[in-house]
Amino acid sequence: MGAKKGGKEDAVEDMPHVPLKAILLADSFTTKFRPITLECPKVLLPIVNTPMIDYTLAWLESANVEEVFVFCCSHSKQIIDYLDKSKWVNQPNFSVSTIESHNCISAGDALRFIYDKNVINGDFVLISGDTVSNMILTEALQEHKERRQKDSNAVMTMVIKQSKPSQITRQTRLGTDELFMAIDPATKQLLYYDDKSDDQKGTLTLDKAFLAENPSISIHNDKQDCYIDICSPEVLSLFTDNFDYQHLRRHFVKGLLVDDIMGFKIFTHEIHSDYAARIDNFRSYDSISKDIIQRWTYPFVPDVQFSLNNPTNLERHGIYRASEILQSRSAEIGPFTYIGKGSSIGGKTVISNSVIGDGCKIGSNVLIDGCYIWNNVTIEDGCNLKQAILCDGVVMKSGSVLEPGVVLSFNVVVGQEFVVPAYSKVSLLPQPVTQDSDEELEYADNNSGIIHTIDTLENGNSRTEWESSEVGIGGRGFIWSMSEVDHEEEWRHSVAPIPETKLIELTQMVFDNLELNIQDDIVLAVPGEQESGNESDDDNMDDSLQIFEKEIEATFLRAVHEKVKDDHIILEVNSLRLSYNLALEDCASALFYSMMKLALDTTHTSPASLVKNANDVMSRYGKLLKPYLQSVDGEIEVILKFEEMCSESAKEFAAVFVQILHMLYDKDIIQEEAILNWAEEKEGADESDKVFVKQSEKFIQWLNEASEEED
Amino acid sequence: MPDTHALVTDFLNKLKKRKIEGSKATAKLTAELLRSVISQQRLPNTNQAGALIHAIKAIGDQLTAANPVEVAVGNIVRRVLHIIREEDVSLTTASIGGLSLQGLSDDDEDDDNPLVSAAAAAAAARTTLRPPSLQTLLEDIPPHSAAAAAAALHHSSSSAGDSEDKTKSTDKNSRSRKLKHNVIEAVNELIQDIATCHELIAEQAVEHIHHNEVILTLGSSGTVIEFLCAAKEKKRSFRVFVAEGAPRYQGHTLAKELVARGLQTTVITDSAVFAMISRVNMVIVGAHAVMANGGVIAPVGLNMVALAAQRHAVPFVVLAGIHKLCPLYPHNPEVLLNELKSPSELLDFGEMSDCMDFGSGTGSPLLHVVNPAFDYVPPKLVSLFITDTGGHNPSYMYRLIADYYSADDLVLQQRPTS
Repeated sequence: MGAKKGGKEDAVEDMPHVPLKAILLADSFTTKFRPITLECPKVLLPIVNTPMIDYTLAWLESANVEEVFVFCCSHSKQIIDYLDKSKWVNQPNFSVSTIESHNCISAGDALRFIYDKNVINGDFVLISGDTVSNMILTEALQEHKERRQKDSNAVMTMVIKQSKPSQITRQTRLGTDELFMAIDPATKQLLYYDDKSDDQKGTLTLDKAFLAENPSISIHNDKQDCYIDICSPEVLSLFTDNFDYQHLRRHFVKGLLVDDIMGFKIFTHEIHSDYAARIDNFRSYDSISKDIIQRWTYPFVPDVQFSLNNPTNLERHGIYRASEILQSRSAEIGPFTYIGKGSSIGGKTVISNSVIGDGCKIGSNVLIDGCYIWNNVTIEDGCNLKQAILCDGVVMKSGSVLEPGVVLSFNVVVGQEFVVPAYSKVSLLPQPVTQDSDEELEYADNNSGIIHTIDTLENGNSRTEWESSEVGIGGRGFIWSMSEVDHEEEWRHSVAPIPETKLIELTQMVFDNLELNIQDDIVLAVPGEQESGNESDDDNMDDSLQIFEKEIEATFLRAVHEKVKDDHIILEVNSLRLSYNLALEDCASALFYSMMKLALDTTHTSPASLVKNANDVMSRYGKLLKPYLQSVDGEIEVILKFEEMCSESAKEFAAVFVQILHMLYDKDIIQEEAILNWAEEKEGADESDKVFVKQSEKFIQWLNEASEEED
Repeated sequence: MPDTHALVTDFLNKLKKRKIEGSKATAKLTAELLRSVISQQRLPNTNQAGALIHAIKAIGDQLTAANPVEVAVGNIVRRVLHIIREEDVSLTTASIGGLSLQGLSDDDEDDDNPLVSAAAAAAAARTTLRPPSLQTLLEDIPPHSAAAAAAALHHSSSSAGDSEDKTKSTDKNSRSRKLKHNVIEAVNELIQDIATCHELIAEQAVEHIHHNEVILTLGSSGTVIEFLCAAKEKKRSFRVFVAEGAPRYQGHTLAKELVARGLQTTVITDSAVFAMISRVNMVIVGAHAVMANGGVIAPVGLNMVALAAQRHAVPFVVLAGIHKLCPLYPHNPEVLLNELKSPSELLDFGEMSDCMDFGSGTGSPLLHVVNPAFDYVPPKLVSLFITDTGGHNPSYMYRLIADYYSADDLVLQQRPTS
């Protein structure tokens, strides 16, 4: 009966059915999990006592993916061995095959390699082996397929999820940088992607043309990239065509978005109730572990046997207990803790918010808070551990202390009563000397070297040449030194929460930034005095106009003194205009103002010489005004400005108003029509306003007559 | 055989990943799976029932471990085991012939511990499948006390049936086929029963729902829909209050369904149940499982409804197909027989993501969302169970269980030592 049923399903599905494939990159091509990843591939690192790759594979299986290609690079043998032993290889409707390569140093290389293998012929899911998700893929797949039918350029659908970044640290809860995305709200097309915010200020610069091209965009900084992509086969060929693409996001996505020649488009699919996150650094390791324990990843939680994990019972307050645990009566297990099979816990030990792997031996009077302890770790009496990661086989001798953020790699021994300083990373392997600061550095490069060093270490053990200074008496391991920059930023990506002092410091920085930057609209309210004056919009406008005029004047004067080319002056004025968001007329009047100011400032003895000065300036720089005097309105604006100058700032011009006006007319800067319109406008004004009109009455009359004659 | 193996692993996977949910669907699938296992099981010439029981137990052990919360799986496994035993007994009695005396030796037919030494097993097997002889009687060690009841039962039946069949030596082949055939027939009947339990329960609706009554229910249950609709079809006019059943809000689908069938329906929030209960004449709900003590494992929120009903002396009626009847006693049911679902059913992760930033603060999560799937309603709060065989008191449940399950199967786990 069962067989028959299966057959029927196949028949229904077979007609349009193309098996859904997935590429799983079992290598992150980064060094963020060093030193652990020197000895074990990242995807095999346990998260809540199950290797990360199991979460990914379990999800792929539940999402009805039928064929998975696991791409292994560094430590490929370990991964292949693990998969051979795991249950994933013998599944009826789920095949896992490995692709091995040793000379890939980036995701781009990996995809190029897979393209050469020619195994992908339809849509596929691109995922890295450190992703934890429980999302239902069908909807996203459907959307992707429908878009593909309409538009063959829609090559990729990226899964995103809402997640608010912290206002203070400018990073998400997963420890990644704040991500800016611009998405077309109607089509969900991704238009802009930037995960490097400018010096942590949370500013974003968009091209104006970009805004002009897209009638509606919504810009988000509260979206998290889940690193789950549904791709069309073109993606692989794109990587092959652009051999310089290395990083999936930094190169590929950005390259596609910037390059509009090919017209390829990327779309987004937002998930709401589902969970998806990638373990990118130690901070996300911590966050995702807690999410798993809090069951956001259901059904991929410890008490459901989705892989080969041991049967585990969930008790009240989120305590997970595997079988065969020896626990002293006086030991206190706090909430949100996982305790693996065959572990023993001594008396008066307090454990909270931690994960303890299989076969661990924990002595008495130990304090463990927020730690991730992997398998077969021995912790002797009286140790104190806070927010640390302890890999397999670590031994903590009695009385030793781990300060927050410590990472102890495989088989490290911490000596008696030794205090490991915060954020230090300890490994049996010495730190590679030539450490490239580039993140893209592939640890597989050093593979051969590592094996070599391990050998020497094994030999060295008998000699017990471990320096007591590194990790205490009887300890084994090197404390990796960190460069100054790394050390500064260490708190960002650590398993330990950000220390209070750091937060205060950062908050202060945010406040400082706010005070500097008036337009920064960060929601934190600041008791600022400087801003208070600029509350209303009108004031703001006037202010900016004044500042603008000053800027123009300075630019102009500098140009005069440094004899800058006219074109360049126009360019500078234009850029000023854009940055202050003002009209052409404003530029014209401001420029004119600065020219007159120049004429005025040049030494003169009589009104006549003032006119001459003005004449000189105008004949030299008059053409600068041309680009801004496109319309009659602009010219009127100039006259009004001049009038204002005469009555306010530069009264000396008042006497020679007509001469100058005439001069401007002669030089074709101001046309007859503008002057006439100006006069007409002034007709109804107050007497006091008419002073200059009256002055130039004769000139206007002459103009009128001249025009009549022409008719 | 590899085929069944694949089927079993497939089903196990589905159970483990919680892809199959709902006791009825699980029960049906389990029964079908076991049927195909039985049909493909190659039986030895001797001790066929023992081999079958052994095979089913092995699978049943895995199945129940895969999702301990879905008790229906275990129930069906036990039912099938019971069926095998019964069929075997009836076959043996049929073939025993007139030697009613020898019927006594038949008691060792239930090989509860198939892992005894091979010789003993073989001996035991012979006794079960052949008409018992004096020799087997002597060879044999009566396994345990539970056999006494079976023996008594057997004895009476065999004495009744002795007249019909005198030929002792039936062809083994045909016999083995017969056992298998009979068992499969019986399992088919069981599947049929599961499929029709709704109707059987619904038939009793008229006796319970009267004119102008107000019925309250919570969440959604196929059985409840059928029950209410059956009453409606019998021209009863009544009103239904549906508590929506947060966080899954299955009450909404129930309300839709009821309205589509022309029932006067009012949807209320779960929190309004107490306010409404005084106007209600009867509470009718479905269950996830009924335990041996008459306690009910039911969708979350029902304990509250039951307490409210008790307070206002409103009858609390639980509808349960017979596959939901679990022969186990609940021990710490709130924890052990519960499943905590994903908190995303309650809260949107994105909205709350800033509350769960473990990077700031002490690093320990301040927000915890608990989303249990089930409630345990103690037997004293239940007024009546309506099963396919009729209405029963909670205190009568143990009796029903004795009818459907053999006492030997209650513990499915095989101990590796024995």
